[in-house]
Amino acid sequence: MNFTISKRARTLSMALVVLGALATVAGVIGDHSDHHQRTWSALLVNGFFFLGIGLGALFFYALQNATETAWSVLVKRVYEGIMAWIPVGAIVMIVVLAAGSLHLHHIYHWMDASLYDKASPNYDEIMAGKKAFLNQPFFWIRSLVYLGTFVLFARWFRKKSLEMDGLTGESLVRTHLLTYRRGALFLVFFAVFSSTLAWDWLMSIDAHWFSTLYGWYVFSGMWVSAMVTGVVMVLYLKRKGYLPQVSNSHIHDMGKWVFAISFLWTYLYFSQFMLIWYSNIPEEVTYFQQRINDHPWLTWTTFAINFALPMVLLMSRDAKRNPRFLIGVGAAIFIGHWLDVNMMVMPGAAGHDFHHGIGLLDAGMFTLFLGLFITVVFNALAKAPLTPVNHPFLEESVHHQI
Amino acid sequence: MANKVIYAVYDDPEQLKDGARKLVSGGLKVKDVYSPFPVHGIDPIIGITRTRLGIVSFMFGITGAALAVLGIWYFNIFDWPMNIGGKPSFHYYQNVPSFIPVTFEFTVLCAAHGMALTYLIRNKTLPGMPARNPDPRTTDDKFIIEVRTADNHGRSTQEIEGLLQGTGMVEFNERAC
Repeated sequence: MNFTISKRARTLSMALVVLGALATVAGVIGDHSDHHQRTWSALLVNGFFFLGIGLGALFFYALQNATETAWSVLVKRVYEGIMAWIPVGAIVMIVVLAAGSLHLHHIYHWMDASLYDKASPNYDEIMAGKKAFLNQPFFWIRSLVYLGTFVLFARWFRKKSLEMDGLTGESLVRTHLLTYRRGALFLVFFAVFSSTLAWDWLMSIDAHWFSTLYGWYVFSGMWVSAMVTGVVMVLYLKRKGYLPQVSNSHIHDMGKWVFAISFLWTYLYFSQFMLIWYSNIPEEVTYFQQRINDHPWLTWTTFAINFALPMVLLMSRDAKRNPRFLIGVGAAIFIGHWLDVNMMVMPGAAGHDFHHGIGLLDAGMFTLFLGLFITVVFNALAKAPLTPVNHPFLEESVHHQI
Repeated sequence: MANKVIYAVYDDPEQLKDGARKLVSGGLKVKDVYSPFPVHGIDPIIGITRTRLGIVSFMFGITGAALAVLGIWYFNIFDWPMNIGGKPSFHYYQNVPSFIPVTFEFTVLCAAHGMALTYLIRNKTLPGMPARNPDPRTTDDKFIIEVRTADNHGRSTQEIEGLLQGTGMVEFNERAC
């Protein structure tokens, strides 16, 4: 059965876009920061957060292919839909990074050429030492390679998935084995890129500071955001009468992913924090001072939503099988990880301009991006049968029972 | 009439499920099923309620976490304030980040061991306990449905055997109990 976007959903996502755009414009007018640094930072936050959802979905999809997982075959189209955001997110990232290169904003302090000039009063020995990695040509090569790889893999997976709908027998199995190998190949790329993209796009905001755990921490945030988006999307589609074969067992498994990856995130977040807190080295600890001391409420709210909430509310089996409950908790975690990306970017990128925390500009831009995201994903979902027509594991997935 | 225990022996788990379904739909209570591996979907057929092992594990975990917090507070704060990176150590909360890993590990230790021990005790399968398996072949390639006439008053063994006819049963054994 094909998905048709209901009139109400269309109006609602349109309303989100319009409302968000209005609030964003109002926020930009009220933004008196130098070079509109605050606005650019908000664009980076939302650009990265939503691209991260797409990447998390792509990673999960490749993981399902590489491990030949059967149960998730019934919902694979939903992840393909989420992956459709990747090209849009990539464009937003390129805009933000290009604006940095053109010195329209100074989120990336290290892009200032005078830091590397020994004659300049701005000369920064530490930054000069990092020049072999953090220089504009290499940065752009890396950024374009990441985005290109993600877009190509996402398109390829989607193409093969649609192709499999028309295949049977031997050729179906052959195509399946091809996606299995490509899935494994993608994981190899993603293992490296998920870390290096976090260094390049987020960690280099605080260019003096570094953390070896940072890449994994960012990656776990992307992953759990994608898992939440996936399960909420499936529950929405089920409520609308689509995906009739998706049972409580599938929902339960998707809920488990949300629960488990929330813990992965907590584990990495806390490990990074504890080691820095424990050793208390000035150049490391400033990162957390900028966050915990300057924004205690935001820090602890983020931590509570992303850790305590799923732990307490999603532990029991009944909770993970209750659609209403799962949608509620999922929406909260979604916001929680958006706040987390704010905490990664804002204190370093906007500094004093983030003094008042989340404001109209951030909320408006989030709403705008959410509306666009829903529109793009729904349009992608409507283009193909929601339930895959042919897949070697389709039958097994239909009978999935736990 | 002396109470009897009946063992219906099967070669195949699917046929066993058919047999169990027939018995239950005939109003009989199945005592248990013995199999060499977990038979998927047998629990709802013979009316086994959901395991409470998860709740037990949770309680052991809470106990472990509480014991860990209590112990750490006593050893490292109250009895002998431990110097951790030169940070103040007058109160538990001042050093709590360094206590989290130990608390977590102790929680997992208690939850896992408590759950495993509870499982073995409830099943009466602690090492050294006598095996209660009615037929050693169920650890190899046979599947057995156990029905007790004591649970099913007024039903004769002949009637039960009749119900199971044609379900692929390979043996029908009865024993006094």
